[in-house]
Amino acid sequence: MIVAQQKPLEEIARLINDCQKVLLVGCAGCVTVCLAGGEKETEFLASALRIKRQLEGNPLETVTFTCTRQCDPEYLLPLDNLIGDVDAVVSLACGVGVQYIAERYPHKWVVPALDTKFAGGSLEQGVWAERCGLCGNCILHLTGGICPVIRCSKSILNGPCGGSQDGKCEIARDVDCAWQLIYDRMKALGKLERLMEIMPPKDWSTARDGGPRRAVREDVIIDA
Amino acid sequence: MPEREVKTESKLERLLARGEFVVTAEIGPPKHASADGIRHHARMLKDYVDATNITDCQTAIVRLSSIAAAVHILSCGVEPIVQMTCRDRNRIAMQSDLLGAYSLGARNLLCLSGDHQKFGNHPTAKNVYDIDSIQLINLMRRMRDEKKFFCGEEIKEHEPRFFIGAVANPFADPFEFRVMRLEKKINAGAEFIQTQCIYDMERFERFMEMVRERGLHERAYILAGVTPLKSWRAAKYLQTSVSGMIVPDEIVERLKKAEDPKKEGVEICIEQIRYIREHIPGVHGVHIMAIAWEEVVPEIVQRAGLHPRPKVE
Repeated sequence: MIVAQQKPLEEIARLINDCQKVLLVGCAGCVTVCLAGGEKETEFLASALRIKRQLEGNPLETVTFTCTRQCDPEYLLPLDNLIGDVDAVVSLACGVGVQYIAERYPHKWVVPALDTKFAGGSLEQGVWAERCGLCGNCILHLTGGICPVIRCSKSILNGPCGGSQDGKCEIARDVDCAWQLIYDRMKALGKLERLMEIMPPKDWSTARDGGPRRAVREDVIIDA
Repeated sequence: MPEREVKTESKLERLLARGEFVVTAEIGPPKHASADGIRHHARMLKDYVDATNITDCQTAIVRLSSIAAAVHILSCGVEPIVQMTCRDRNRIAMQSDLLGAYSLGARNLLCLSGDHQKFGNHPTAKNVYDIDSIQLINLMRRMRDEKKFFCGEEIKEHEPRFFIGAVANPFADPFEFRVMRLEKKINAGAEFIQTQCIYDMERFERFMEMVRERGLHERAYILAGVTPLKSWRAAKYLQTSVSGMIVPDEIVERLKKAEDPKKEGVEICIEQIRYIREHIPGVHGVHIMAIAWEEVVPEIVQRAGLHPRPKVE
């Protein structure tokens, strides 16, 4: 999933300083699962912002709605009826959702309430970790199912570098060395010799380096 | 050992090929735009080393460029080993800098991953890591031997002909894979290897045993890295705060008990060099990294019995 975390309340409040009425839009997708921007967080943020503004003697009116997903245009339709008189929209989706709302409502000011962090999963209740670098050309079959592109701090494809010690990365004692994990797994699977092959430089044109990306499935496109 | 084939104009390569036990040192460029210090250190090292590394923004701190510094030491009669990390340049900038460095007279290149920018003075920087150190080694070898840019396009004339170096860290983990990774570097095209500073001699001996088992010492020249310590605090810092370093307690203790810790640090370093040279087969030289203490190198070289340095035509 896309993992996001809410910006500090102070920062969100600053983004809508000059507004009297705002629409807060949650998302029932990834950000609900990672407890950052679902229905509950949306209601909670709306109350917190109202209380803060009340205390400051500058009351704020809020409207809330949680979309099934903010990254599909059809799920934004219900917002058409809510958006008319608000001064701004606060999106509690990932960066995709914020942009979808901005695109649909060209004359509305839209601000993000979350920082979109990474593509990852949960480790335990309340802890998430990055797992995919979205490079557009998966190599997990070469590295024992552990991604060096995003889990190695240097994206080294022929690791580990000289900073790997006691299974940890040089950048911090609580960061696992991806190449130690790869080594351990390849060894356990009896495939250590495969790591002797020099992995060639990666073609980064399938990643963000190639410019904004699109995915097209011709067979499911509905002709107008 | 029979004389090995020489592929470049590097003086270091010629000395190694004829079986000399070589000495390299290291100069860290300054955090300003004057080369006076670099030239001063170069003149001081000139008769005591065969070549000198120029670090490339080590520990991710902005410093005078390694290629520019190489030109300064060349003008003082010292052969540079230009270090190049993968942290700050993509494959376009690297190839461009390789052409530029060669045109300026550099003949040795050392490829490294580079310390993560988190440790430096610009921790908010974006890192590059377009290619890794093994891929960089391979890139350089292809430019030289196949006369090709990375993209496959031919280098029609004047290809850069560097003597290609890499690093090895016997003290990082996983230990058993360290020699395999060294072999990967040699397979990629590395011709000389400089190791991380050795303090844990027993581990280095085990590493060299595995190197010899795989015959790697016959495919690349191995230079053992040593670093004289100035104080027990410096030793403790390396022991506890630098990833991929092992400093045994006895070294910390020895420095702690010493009346003159700097003198003791030099003694330890000289003992290490003598031990490596006399007792560990397959080592072809030493790399003395006297970090911010370049002026001690002549004494170490002299007292380790490595002076005068051999001449090259």
